[in-house]
Amino acid sequence: MPATYEPIATTTLGTTQNQVDFNTISGSYTDLILIFNGGVTSTGDIWLRMNSDTGSNYSRTRLTGDGSTAASTRNSAASSIFISAGTVGATANAIISIQNYSNATTYKTTLARFNSSTYAVASTGLWRSTSAITSLSLRADSADTFTSGSIFTLYGIKAA
Amino acid sequence: MAVTYKLIQTVTVGSGGAASIDFTSIPQTYTDLLVVYSARTSRSAVYDAFRLTFNGSTTNYSSKYLQGNGSSASSFSGSTSFVSCYVNGATSTSNTFSNNAFYIPNYTSSTYKSLSGEHLYETNATAADMFLTAGLWSNTAAITSISVTSDVGATIVQYSSASLYGIKNS
Repeated sequence: MPATYEPIATTTLGTTQNQVDFNTISGSYTDLILIFNGGVTSTGDIWLRMNSDTGSNYSRTRLTGDGSTAASTRNSAASSIFISAGTVGATANAIISIQNYSNATTYKTTLARFNSSTYAVASTGLWRSTSAITSLSLRADSADTFTSGSIFTLYGIKAA
Repeated sequence: MAVTYKLIQTVTVGSGGAASIDFTSIPQTYTDLLVVYSARTSRSAVYDAFRLTFNGSTTNYSSKYLQGNGSSASSFSGSTSFVSCYVNGATSTSNTFSNNAFYIPNYTSSTYKSLSGEHLYETNATAADMFLTAGLWSNTAAITSISVTSDVGATIVQYSSASLYGIKNS
């Protein structure tokens, strides 16, 4: 039993909201896991950013299955890491792992799973920054919002 | 520090095998559930597909699968009666058991239940499959039991095991 799997913060939306932030993340863990369970109100994607960086400092690769076709897409010099694919819908979940997030030497990578009624998705991401991650933002497309009742939980995991 | 990732129960199949692996009376005190399987069945095939159901229900499921076999990738949709969980069958390499995990967030909520699954059955052959699963149970009831059975009524063989973990967000 990993006694080092510790909840850092939870947000349950009482109203629709375009973006959910986890700020002032402690650097005392080894890895982070962000769990999303909820939906979006329109047809857009879900994206992840670190430390509010909106620059073209991300790369991302996505493997998707929609029930008939398997596909992969990739972008470099992107402004965020994609988590979802297609229409998110009302009931979806995402499990996002961020390894070695607090080091100030290497770039940061992510592994994510996303699951909706229309897609099974696995994705990876790179944030080209040596800064320790102190904040995470999960956001819907600019014209879209997360549904009321969506739940976001950030866990910290210590290697020892 | 509070224990937020806790083993609820482990089931190990004994000699003679079992027709199902069941977790019943699941405590409603956690936020999320994680269930992991290491399994093999007597089905005369390389693989079998567990039928995973909640609360004994066989309605209102949907699922999407992403599959890779070492040479190609494909995607397909699942049954409305269960979510599939792919495990080793009797003709796969002996002593080889599958590796499966389902994460079920907010299993006590009054909303529909989405789940995230990852599966593989390894075998010493040119092709072996891995699967990613996006599952949905369109039911607002809290999940109180989880059951798996063979897709063809085969026996779940000895040494197969399953563990259920509860995860709290506070």
